[in-house]
Amino acid sequence: MKRPNRLRWQAAAIVTVAALAVAACSSSSSSSSSSSPSSGSSSAALTASAPGITSTTITIGSHQPLTGPAAPGYDEIAPASAAYFAYVNAHGGVYGRKIVYKYLNDAYDPTTTASVVRQLVLQDNVYAIFNGLGTPTHLAVVQFLNSEKVPDVFVASGCECWNDPTTYPETFGWQLDYVREGKILGQYVKQHFAGKKVAYFYQDDEFGMDGVKGLDDEIPASMVVSKQSYVDTNVNVAPQVAALRASGAQVVISFSIPAFTALLKLNSLKLGFSPQLVVSNVGSDPITLSGLLESFAKQGGATVNGNALTNGIITDDYLPSAGDTSNSWVALFTKVRNEYDAKAPLDGNMFYGMAAAYTFVQAMLKAGRNPTRADLVSAVEGGLPQGPMISPFAYSSSDHAGATGAFIGVIKNGVEVQQGPILTTDTSASGAITTYTGSEQQAPASGIPSP
Amino acid sequence: MTMRSLPRRLGVAVVVAVIVAFLSIKLNTFRDYQIAEIAVEVTAVAGLTMLTGLSGQISLGNGAFMAIGGYTTALLLIHLSWPFVAALVLAGAVTAVAGAVVGVAAARLRGPYLAGATLLLGVALPSVAYAWPGIFGGDQGLNVAFTTPGFLGATFPLTRWQAWVSSLVALITLLLLANLYHSRIGRSWRAVRDDEVAAALDGVNVAAARILAFVVSATCAGLAGALLAIVTGLVAPGAFTITLSIALLTAAVIGGLGSLAGAVWGSLVIVLVPTYVTDVATSHGLSSSVGSNIPVAAYGAVLILVMLVFPQGIQGGLRRLLTLFTGPGPKTRTWHTAPTPPETPSADQAQASHHEKEGTS
Repeated sequence: MKRPNRLRWQAAAIVTVAALAVAACSSSSSSSSSSSPSSGSSSAALTASAPGITSTTITIGSHQPLTGPAAPGYDEIAPASAAYFAYVNAHGGVYGRKIVYKYLNDAYDPTTTASVVRQLVLQDNVYAIFNGLGTPTHLAVVQFLNSEKVPDVFVASGCECWNDPTTYPETFGWQLDYVREGKILGQYVKQHFAGKKVAYFYQDDEFGMDGVKGLDDEIPASMVVSKQSYVDTNVNVAPQVAALRASGAQVVISFSIPAFTALLKLNSLKLGFSPQLVVSNVGSDPITLSGLLESFAKQGGATVNGNALTNGIITDDYLPSAGDTSNSWVALFTKVRNEYDAKAPLDGNMFYGMAAAYTFVQAMLKAGRNPTRADLVSAVEGGLPQGPMISPFAYSSSDHAGATGAFIGVIKNGVEVQQGPILTTDTSASGAITTYTGSEQQAPASGIPSP
Repeated sequence: MTMRSLPRRLGVAVVVAVIVAFLSIKLNTFRDYQIAEIAVEVTAVAGLTMLTGLSGQISLGNGAFMAIGGYTTALLLIHLSWPFVAALVLAGAVTAVAGAVVGVAAARLRGPYLAGATLLLGVALPSVAYAWPGIFGGDQGLNVAFTTPGFLGATFPLTRWQAWVSSLVALITLLLLANLYHSRIGRSWRAVRDDEVAAALDGVNVAAARILAFVVSATCAGLAGALLAIVTGLVAPGAFTITLSIALLTAAVIGGLGSLAGAVWGSLVIVLVPTYVTDVATSHGLSSSVGSNIPVAAYGAVLILVMLVFPQGIQGGLRRLLTLFTGPGPKTRTWHTAPTPPETPSADQAQASHHEKEGTS
């Protein structure tokens, strides 16, 4: 008689504790969700027109690699975007609303991406996902975002896969896609290194394979002596570099993230192998690269001069070079950085984050005073001014790709220097590469796009 | 004993199912997703805690078994459009076979050598996906489409359905494992763990018992992998790294090795602590370089704290606390003591009901 009673008492206590624990976990969410759909009637014109939009705020979310293999360099992007949003908020916001940018760490792991993006959408009720970073990571959530009808704008990856308006009507690319980039780099190599042996080094995913597709469109197969790939979870690329060296390649084209560009360079150095390096924009930011080269070498017990090692690397860029101090965008973003993100290095990643944020503000202004989620999608499909980009965007209702062109640059003393004109092209194998004749836009004096 | 305790465990499972269903309806859809994540974790950790806590074998490779289950499910759903239940069963069967193969090797190894061998499995197996990208989708893996069944209506949230399916599978797994725990097989595992020679003298086939424990734990991991595939909608090698295998073992240890209720506690910690700490860190306006590293630090701190305060895991600690409140009560038992003699069946029942009732959360 006594024993079953005690049992029952214990069980009841445990069940209560468990229920309380779960309820406690959910309390933070219920309080935040009750504050988000505010009445909006106090300020006549601005209403809570969509999830994540109140009369005073626009809440957007993102997934970013703040730790893990892709963090070096890329972890500066979201803070830079946040800095630009803070600048806009301090200067009147978007139609008076302040942008709240909530970016969560996914450590470049697709399972974590799936979890944090669900948190942003289902719990934090963000209006849109902005600039979600990474090809394998974002692929894990693109279906979810589209089935939930959440605008998925300006994905921070040049995968051609974002441009698929039929399957993914909510998703938009932003940066130059890797196929276009591969074509532009490939044409340069074909023209300037005729008769040389060429080899590829690329990340074994959509990023690397799209790049290779573009390269193959331009470079005759007879020039290519070796194709080596790596996976971002295995930092031992010595076998691949040995194979590149054995192939006798004189030019190595690398579609790699910064950490692996650095590993390629250091492993080549160890083997006394010094081909001309041609590196995709993604993996060539001079400041990030130089820092990685020095810290990796230090871990291996050696001392190198990062800037000396990056000298002469050929790359491409779809944004003005961060080292071009005469450029109005560089001046604007430097000013914003000094005010709101002063600890961040003045490099291409910082520039990238601010430029993407600028494009987002343009799109929000165009979406109207009280936008629904669909309004943002149609605003982007209606086309956007190129802003800081050096080439026009491709946006239309049938095309969700972003930038369409780039220039070739060479790294000199830690700064990327433009060589030759801006080139634009499309993603088809036969599509011509043409010189862009339109003019670049200047940054507005206020630093904020006009509606 | 089994005659009376089986209906009791079933009853408890039904109560837990009702509570989970109630919570999933009351809480928001993201909490539903977390319930699903916890259920996946529970399914895998419960199997591992049986293996390590009961049969005394360590495995750092259960993440690889999850990968086998996940990829099996994804391939069946994508190419053959099997119903999920069928894919789940086959995923369990395939991993059982894989577990038997590994178990045969594992039965010959002890301690650190066994840990090393299973570590190798955990590191190497997910890389198979890179070797045949045409089949396994390489680095970006395979996308799995999973939808709510039509009879629930169009507005029924997908995450709630995922939570229901995962929790149901987790509950059935826990129920079966609880029966195994109290059966002759469970006793033979404990006997082997405590003294192989004595167990063999008592007529236990030591090798068979060890292999069977591996098969059971691999099957649970396979089922968890299948659930993970439909919960995240993606199977990719990045999801099954060695970190996952270690996280499973961590959950088992934090919760209390050999205890099914402990598997539930450990899973709750592993899933909820990082999200909670991230929320706290971001809401206090910490810089992203500091804020993003705090969850990792918190994870370590929780592990150290639990080991210092409750060396037998959360479940061991709770049992000690309950004893403080209610007095020594019926012969209390910790995971490493010998099986209870049949004269005191109530202790066994007490434990069984703990396990399942705590499964609520």
